[in-house]
Amino acid sequence: MTGVGTNYFGKPISRVDGHAKVTGAAKYAAEHNLPGLAYGYAVPSAIARGRIRAIHTAEALAVPGVLDIFTHAHRPKLASSDEKYGDEVAPPGSPFRPLYDDQIRFSGQPVALVVAEDPETARFSASRIRIDYHQRTHITDLEGNRGRARAVSENGESHSHKRGNAARAFDHSPIRIEVEYRMPVEHHNPMEMFGATAIWEGDGRITIYDKTQGPLNCRNYVANVFGMSQDAVRVLSPYVEGGFGSGLRPQYELPLAVLAARALRRSVQVTLTRQQMFTLGYRAANIQSLALAADADGKLTSFRHEWLGMTSQFENFQRSYVTWSSQLYKCDNVELVQKLVKLDHNTPCDMRAPGGAEGLFAIECAMDELAYAANLDPLALRLLNYSDKDQIEDKPYSSKELRECYRQGAERFGWSKRSAKPRSMTEGNELVGWGMATGIWEAMQVEASAKAVLTANGSLEIASATADIGPGTYTMMTQIAAEMLGVPIEHVTAKLGDSGLPHAPVEGGSFTTSSVGCAIQTACRAVQNELLRLAQKAPRSPFTGAKLEHVTFADDKIRHNSNGAEMSLPDAMRAGNVDRIEKEGTAAPKENSKYAHFTHSAIFAEVKIDEQIGVVRVTRVVNAVAAGRILNPKLAASQILGAVVGGIGMALHEETLTDNRFGRFMTHNLADYHVPVNADVHAIDVIFVDEKDDEINPLGVKGVGEIGIVGTAAAIANAIYHATGKRVRDLPITIDKLLRA
Amino acid sequence: MNNFEFTRATDVADAVRQIAADPGATFVAGGTNLIDLIKEGVTKPSRLIDITRLQLNHVEDTSDGGLRIGALVPNSDLAYHPEIDKRYPLLASAILAGASPQLRNMATTGGNLLQRTRCFYFYDTTTPCNKREPGNGCSAIDGLNRMHAILGASEHCIATHPSDMCVALAALEARVLAAGRDGERSIAFADFHRLPGDTPHIDTNLNKDEIITAVELPPNGFAKNYSYLKIRDRLSYAFALVSVAAALEIENGVIRQARLALGGVAHKPWRDRRAEAQLSGTPATRESFMGAAQTLLSDARGFGHNDFKIELARRAIVRALSQAASATPQSQIEKRVR
Repeated sequence: MTGVGTNYFGKPISRVDGHAKVTGAAKYAAEHNLPGLAYGYAVPSAIARGRIRAIHTAEALAVPGVLDIFTHAHRPKLASSDEKYGDEVAPPGSPFRPLYDDQIRFSGQPVALVVAEDPETARFSASRIRIDYHQRTHITDLEGNRGRARAVSENGESHSHKRGNAARAFDHSPIRIEVEYRMPVEHHNPMEMFGATAIWEGDGRITIYDKTQGPLNCRNYVANVFGMSQDAVRVLSPYVEGGFGSGLRPQYELPLAVLAARALRRSVQVTLTRQQMFTLGYRAANIQSLALAADADGKLTSFRHEWLGMTSQFENFQRSYVTWSSQLYKCDNVELVQKLVKLDHNTPCDMRAPGGAEGLFAIECAMDELAYAANLDPLALRLLNYSDKDQIEDKPYSSKELRECYRQGAERFGWSKRSAKPRSMTEGNELVGWGMATGIWEAMQVEASAKAVLTANGSLEIASATADIGPGTYTMMTQIAAEMLGVPIEHVTAKLGDSGLPHAPVEGGSFTTSSVGCAIQTACRAVQNELLRLAQKAPRSPFTGAKLEHVTFADDKIRHNSNGAEMSLPDAMRAGNVDRIEKEGTAAPKENSKYAHFTHSAIFAEVKIDEQIGVVRVTRVVNAVAAGRILNPKLAASQILGAVVGGIGMALHEETLTDNRFGRFMTHNLADYHVPVNADVHAIDVIFVDEKDDEINPLGVKGVGEIGIVGTAAAIANAIYHATGKRVRDLPITIDKLLRA
Repeated sequence: MNNFEFTRATDVADAVRQIAADPGATFVAGGTNLIDLIKEGVTKPSRLIDITRLQLNHVEDTSDGGLRIGALVPNSDLAYHPEIDKRYPLLASAILAGASPQLRNMATTGGNLLQRTRCFYFYDTTTPCNKREPGNGCSAIDGLNRMHAILGASEHCIATHPSDMCVALAALEARVLAAGRDGERSIAFADFHRLPGDTPHIDTNLNKDEIITAVELPPNGFAKNYSYLKIRDRLSYAFALVSVAAALEIENGVIRQARLALGGVAHKPWRDRRAEAQLSGTPATRESFMGAAQTLLSDARGFGHNDFKIELARRAIVRALSQAASATPQSQIEKRVR
C-alpha cells in the first residue's frame, strides 16, 4: 500500500490532538462544569489500621452550602462481594471498597465524602469533621518484616522458576557475586489529579468523565458496585494527562462521585488533591537478592534472583520481576523466586514498566558487578551470554534485534573509548563514568475491537474504547486508518475514551498499538472489501474480478495494480449507491504461538560526578530500541525520551518516605517527591533499530510505552560505579549514600 | 482549610491598623508558601490582608551608599536588578538558586524572610509537631530527619529555615525594616530569625502587628570574591541539604574580612562570627578554609538520617570559600560545581 500522498506508516506525524491540548480545548475529567454541579471532597483516615468508632459530622453538616456527608454509616446501598469490586486488572484478593465499612486498612483511606455547592465549602466542611478511631497496631515496614515474606501463587501466577541446580553450580564456579538491591516506594504523580464528574441524567442513567486508562473497565466497575445495568452507565475519558499505570484500576474518586450523584440525584464532581494522590497505588518497595556465578571465561553458570516485595493486607499484587534474566542470558542453573510481605498499606499497582523496571534494575546492576568480577567489559559479558530463546517458555523469539541495539548504541555512545577501570576517566574536577544496561519488555497484544465509518464526502471516523494517556493513541489510530484506506490524514477523525465505543482493554502494558491498531487494521480491511465490492458495481467496472490483493488504496482512490485503473472512493460508493460504510473489526493475539515476543533495548549512560560533594549529573544517555515496526518515529521517540527521564528519576530522585511509627507515607507533595527537572536532563539520544517481525501481529508492531525506562536506572547506577568505584545498591542514589559509600 | 476574610491594605499605616485589629489575621503578598500552609490546614488565618498594593516595590540607594529593597520587590526582579547584579552578586546568585522562575516571579522580598520550614511533620496535621502545635512533641527528632538541622536545634524542634535569599542577606549583614504602631524600626538580620529553643512556633522576632517594609543592604557587597553554593537532591528546584554563602575581602592573598553563612542546617540562616574572625588575617588557602569549617561545625550534631550533612557542610564550606577566593563563583545556570 504505497500511495504518494497517503502513505503514513513510519512518518513522524505530529499529534493530531496537540492543538486541542496546548490551547486548552481538550477538557480533562474535572474540567467539565455544568449547571447545578455539586462538589465532593474525600476525607482521608489519619491512621493505618483499626476501626472507626464514630464520625462526628454535625458541625460539618451545619456549614452553609453542605449538601450531605457520606460515610460507611450513612451511604446508599453498595455491592459487597469481592467479585463486584473486581476489575480488569485487579490482583487476586479482596478489593478495597470505599465507604463500605468501618475498617481502616491503610493511612489516607477515604472515610467520608463531603458534598457541597462549591469545592471550597466541601473542603472547609471536611476540616470540621471529627473521627474517633479504635487504633490497632500496624506494620508498614518491609525491611523489618522480611521474616513474614511468603511466596504467593494464585491465578496461575507464581513467577518463580527453577532449572538445573543453581546452588551447586554456584559453589563450583570460579567467579561469583552475591548482592542485594533495594528500591523505595514510588508514586506515579501524573500532572493531572484524579477526578470524576458524574453527570446525573435524570432518568436513572449516569455519565461520568473520569481520569482513567480504561473507560470500559470503569463502566463495568460502576455497574457492578451500584447494581446498575451497563447501559445505564457511560464512562468518558477522552483526554487523560498521564497515568503511568495509576489509572489502570478504577480509583476511589469514581465510586465516590457516583455514590453522591445517585444519592443526591444531582451531578457531582470529586477531585483528589496532590496529597491524596499519595493514597492511591504505588510501585512497591522491594529487596532483591541475586547470586550470580560464571566460569573462567565469563559464561553464566548459575543465576539466582529472589524478589521480596510489599503488598497490602487485602490483595496480592505482583508482576514478573525475576524472570527476565532467563529471556536475556543463557544459563542452565537458575532459581528465581518471588515473595511478598503483607503490610498495612494500600495495594501497590502497576507503575511505568511494572516488573521490568524493578527486575532489570537489579539484574543489570548484578551483571555489571559480574563483569568486573570476571574482568570483562560489561557489554562483552552480555554478548557472551546472549540467549536466542526464552528459557522460561523454551521458545525462540519472533524477532530479537538486541545485538543490533548493543552495536548501534555502543557506536553512537562511543563505548569503545571507555577505559575499563573505575575512577579512570575524569574531566576537570569531575569523575566521568560510563555504564550500560539491557532493557526488555514483553510485547503483548490483547483482544480489541474498532469501528471505521467512511462517508461519501470522504471523511473517515475510527473509534475504539481505548484511552490516550499521552503516548499519542489518537494519532496512531488516525495514521493506521489513513494508511489503510488511502485517505488524507486530515479527513480522518479518531474517537476514544468512551465506554460506548467498541471494546478495548485498558491502555497499559505497551499493548495499545498492537491491540487497537490491529483492530483498526481489521475494520479498515472490511471497509476496503466493501469499497472494492461497490466499485465492481460501476458500469464496465475496471475492477471486475479483482481481489483485495490486486488493488491499492491511496490518494483517496482505489487503484488496480495491474491495469492501473483508478476510482475515487466517493465514486465507488456512488457506484454502489451507498453514502456510508460502517465496519467493525476485532483483532486478537495468535493462540499458542511458537514464539516468544519481546521488545529489547540497550542503554548507555554517562555521568559526571563531583565526588567531594556527591553531585551527580547524567550528561548523556543513548537508548537503542528494537520494537518491531515503528509507526511514528516522532511519537515513539517521545515515549522513549519520557521514559528515560523516568529512569533518571528512578536512579537519582524518586522516593516516597514512610514513617513507620505512623504507618504513613510522609512524602506527599511535589516539593518533597522529587522527579527530574530540566536541569537534571541533558542529552538523550534515541535510536530505533530496524526490526522486521511478520509473526507477531499483522502490523508488525511491539509497542514502546515502557521499554524506555527498563534498564535505564541500572545504566546510570553502573555509570556511577564506573566513575567513583562506589556501588550504591539502594535507590535513589542520593548525595548522602554516595558520601557514605 | 478555613474560611477567612479577605481585605486589602491601602498603605502601611492601614496594614498595621488592620493586623493589630485582628489577632488571627496575616498578611499575604506572593502567597507562595502561605497558600500551601492554608490548604494543608497548618495555618488557619481568620483574615488575609492583601498588601500587594502598598508602594513597597522600589530598589533605591541609601544615604550611606547601601541599597534599600522594598518588601514587595519580587524575587525575580531583585535577582535581575542591575544594581544587585553589579554590587551584590552574592544576593542575586542566592535568589536564583532558590525555587523556580514561576515561584520567584510571585515571591516577594519580605515574604521570603517569612517562609516557614518544609519539615514533613509540620505539614502533616495528623502527626505531632511543636512548631505547629506547641507542646505536642517533635516527630522529626526520632523520625525522618534527613533534611533537618545540625546546628542550633533544640529538643523541641530540629526544623530548618528553607530560604536561600536569607542566607546571602545574613552574610551581607542586611537589616530588616519593620513598621508597627510605634513607627519603624531596623532589625539586624542576625536578630531577625530565631533558634527554636522552647518556642519553635515562633520563627522570627517580628512582632505580630508589624510589617516588613524593606531590607537594607550595607555598602559592602563583596562583589569581587563571593560564591553561593547550594547542594541539593536534584540540580534545581529543591531545598538545600546544605548551602553556603561565602564572601571575602582579600588583599595580597590575605583575607581582610570574611563572611560565611549556611542554609539548610539550622532554624535560621547560620552565621558564625568565630569562624569568620578566624579567617581574617589568614592566607586565602584551603587550610584556612578547613580551619574555619572546623570551627563553624564544632558543635554540629546529627539526628541519624542527617548525620551526613556535617561532612557535607564541611566540604561545601571549603569549596564555596575556594570559589570565592578565586573569584570563580558558583554559576546557578551551569550545574557543574566549580
